Amino acid sequence: MTGAEIVFTLLGVVAVGSGLLVVSSRQLVHAALWLVVSFGALAGCYLVLTAEFVAWVQVLIYVGAVVVLLLFGIMLTRAPIGRSADLDSGNRWPALAVALATAGVLVTLLVRGFRDAFIDLDPGPGSAEGLGAAIFRTWVLPFEVLSVLLLAALIGAIVLSRGDVGEPVGEPAGEPEDGDG
Amino acid sequence: MHVAYPAVVAALLFSLGVYGVLARRNAILVLMSVELMLNAVNLNLVAFDVWLRDRLHGGQVLALFTIVIAAAEIGLGLAIVLLVYRTRRTVDVDRLRDLADRDPVPGEDGADRPPATVAGGRDGEGTP
Repeated sequence: MTGAEIVFTLLGVVAVGSGLLVVSSRQLVHAALWLVVSFGALAGCYLVLTAEFVAWVQVLIYVGAVVVLLLFGIMLTRAPIGRSADLDSGNRWPALAVALATAGVLVTLLVRGFRDAFIDLDPGPGSAEGLGAAIFRTWVLPFEVLSVLLLAALIGAIVLSRGDVGEPVGEPAGEPEDGDG
Repeated sequence: MHVAYPAVVAALLFSLGVYGVLARRNAILVLMSVELMLNAVNLNLVAFDVWLRDRLHGGQVLALFTIVIAAAEIGLGLAIVLLVYRTRRTVDVDRLRDLADRDPVPGEDGADRPPATVAGGRDGEGTP
């Protein structure tokens, strides 16, 4: 085992363990905070894999934005802050069976399929410079399409969360001519 | 480094996400599990990009795009969850079964459903 493999194994154990706590915790807020630990460990995994820029974007967007949004969602739905017993649904045991089957199939397949594949880790290609050049030379069209997607998601979220956006059109449907004519 | 390390970590995270989506009851916890699955995919993308030494950095750029799409998804998903909470007073996915094709269970379902929806559905069925 090389040093990179040991560090990656430790970070992977942290990521998977805190992920296990996310899906099994009895407290909603604790689940969201364990999600932070899991995402942070995954950012460390990206760093070990020499993908520096992806690691920092992971920290910025996932830890900084997505978890904060999830915490806002927890608080706005007035979820129970303390321990609550009914966070798991009735199909918990079938879900466990499906998840174990998925894990078994995927782990067996991947370990057997990539038995003699090795990654040469040398720093450089995942830096902000290399990735920026790749995005703005090769992948600039998907990048622009993605900005349109973000705009659409933004407008959609505003329309969904403001209750009064569509109402002046929808309400006077019975008497459309009243004010004008 | 052996490719199996990131692949196994990603597979375990993905199956944890599968378990969370299927077993959790609160809609926000379901969204968290979806995020775990997306992160497993990202780890695979980055690992295979580094393994194949892609000159165009396709894997890492696609991982960045996935992160952005996940952010958009979580924004829209939370807006939908908040809207459901505003109309139904619950985000319990076991009790939101208006789209299920089965008879409503009286104790679980009938109490908090707005009567207008039921009446509208009956009218729509009876008109033709």
